[in-house]
Amino acid sequence: MSALLEVADLGMRFGGLQAVDGVGFTVERAQVFAIIGPNGAGKTTVFNCISGFYRPTSGWAMLEAQPIHNLSSHRIARLGLVRTFQNVRLFKNMTVVENLLVAQHTRLVTNLWSGLIKLPRYRRSERQALEKASFWLDKVGLLPYANREAGNLAYGQQRRLEIARCMITQPSLLLLDEPAAGLNPQETRELNTLITELRAQHGVSVLLIEHDMSLVMGISEQILVMENGRPIALGTPAQIRSDPKVIKAYLGEE
Amino acid sequence: MDELLRRHLPESVVMALVTAVLTIPILGVRIHIENLQVTLEGDGTPVYIAMAVVFLVRLFRAPLSQITGMVRIDRLLPSSDWLTRYRTGLLAAMIVLALIWPFVASRGAVDIATLALIYVMLGLGLNIVVGFAGLLDLGYVAFYAVGAYSYALLNQHFGLSFWECLPISIVLAGATGCLLGFPVLRLRGDYLAIVTLGFGEIIRLLLNNLDELTGGPDGIGNIPKPTLFGLEFARRASTEGGVTFHDFFGLRYDGADTIIFLYLIALLLALFTLFVSNRLLRMPVGRAWEALREDEIACRSLGLNPTLIKLSAFSLGASFGGMAGAFFAARQGFINPESFTFIESAIVLAIVVLGGMGSQLGVILAAVALTALPEVARQFDEYRMLIFGLIMVLMMIWRPQGLLPATRPRMELPQ
Repeated sequence: MSALLEVADLGMRFGGLQAVDGVGFTVERAQVFAIIGPNGAGKTTVFNCISGFYRPTSGWAMLEAQPIHNLSSHRIARLGLVRTFQNVRLFKNMTVVENLLVAQHTRLVTNLWSGLIKLPRYRRSERQALEKASFWLDKVGLLPYANREAGNLAYGQQRRLEIARCMITQPSLLLLDEPAAGLNPQETRELNTLITELRAQHGVSVLLIEHDMSLVMGISEQILVMENGRPIALGTPAQIRSDPKVIKAYLGEE
Repeated sequence: MDELLRRHLPESVVMALVTAVLTIPILGVRIHIENLQVTLEGDGTPVYIAMAVVFLVRLFRAPLSQITGMVRIDRLLPSSDWLTRYRTGLLAAMIVLALIWPFVASRGAVDIATLALIYVMLGLGLNIVVGFAGLLDLGYVAFYAVGAYSYALLNQHFGLSFWECLPISIVLAGATGCLLGFPVLRLRGDYLAIVTLGFGEIIRLLLNNLDELTGGPDGIGNIPKPTLFGLEFARRASTEGGVTFHDFFGLRYDGADTIIFLYLIALLLALFTLFVSNRLLRMPVGRAWEALREDEIACRSLGLNPTLIKLSAFSLGASFGGMAGAFFAARQGFINPESFTFIESAIVLAIVVLGGMGSQLGVILAAVALTALPEVARQFDEYRMLIFGLIMVLMMIWRPQGLLPATRPRMELPQ
């Protein structure tokens, strides 16, 4: 069986700036894969290329052996690759549960007539959507807040809601862009548990960008280190920790 | 006082002079007609009055603003909380009033109410596009025109009746919405507004210039009124062997019957529009519109196709425009491109904005107000647009979110 996500020779050029150059890696099923690197290394640009928000200027990406680098973002999401954003992007004026209902849109009965006259099929689909939403809210500990406005949640809760909103689409690969940014140590530990659980119970692979080294080293199986748009190291946490090039990039040379 | 004069006197003099310059061409001359001779006569009085008013207001601006500051007109408007709380009751009262209206009001009043209901349909239709989906459409009148001409032409060439044409008009207008929407819906905000404005004008120009098909500026006449299950509302049946309403029920012919019947159809169609748009808001597509308005990128990342979702709002809104158009053609009995100018789009948009974007009840109130007020204030006919503009400005100051700000029905998780 082929790998879940294969990226090869990925490049992204903005005018005269080569933001990403020659990035390649493979994410296996039910694996946690991290991309780390200093600020401005091009990590988020890689995410944007893979998730279809940018069209890479070179290279290719395949999800389950299907090329995705030419597809638009919503098509990629439907194929099972969903992402979160560095700055949380919830529907802030909608309630928490509505955020999860919108995420299920593509799987609901959206036929106009069945909705207008409330056919049984439509009622069932709406009921199931609510049940599923409450399952995921329970999972991320937000069930008591279901009917609150999403914008009124605490920051850590918003982050968790964003992950739940992704998971409810039943993805095979979850892209998390700095999920621990702005979280306190306690919340980071909870996030760690959540990611481990998602992988174990739902078989989802996680590709994450993160600066919190304790989190990254703790849960990742493979780590890609980037600097100035280029990959400089790829390996297990133990290999990365002792890689002289990585140490140089993070700590500088003597 | 000295200080007041010193500070404000020069400014006031300048403002008065500017007023003179601005008002002389408008207020300073009077058209004088005598024996087919049209001459312009200078008349300074209105200009002097305007100058004096501006001068005094400018001079005493500070004390005046103190006085106006004490009067809080925005507090006098019913609070949005109050209106929200009694929303259902208000709606029920409006429907009851609408149902008994034709049997208590005068013939003229019923006719005006029918016109108001056409604007209710248009307002609710555009509300789907502007209020729910957040797409600024300045060419909504295009779909109104498509609906009207669909009925008129299908009737003229194929002899189809109003009831046969109504669904066709709805579908055709919706299809036009799809066709126009598809290339332009990737544009955002202002750009979309400009393109839709262009499309509105294109449709009108097409109607004006496709002489052979649409009759050009002469329009299409003799459009039949709707029938009640084949019963005509006329003194005599128009076709051989046709039966009229009063013959069938053994009543005396009464011209008011037609008007009441048209009113009831308009009410039915308006209620249908209200029902559908109300349901839409609670359906997945309504949630998707709201989500798309808030964050398009997040929507895309969850697999929602933004173009398709916008297109659904655009064409659904267009369908209701088409429905209103078909009814309009049937009511008027005559249509030409002059009925579908940009000002119609602007009025419908004004109804949506005044009512409160996304608020159905607000849109209904605004539609009734904007069609009824000019009729009530007939004697101020000349100042209609002035009053209209004034209302718009004042509303935007006191209640920018509209008469009845929208509150979306929320999906709640039973706990």
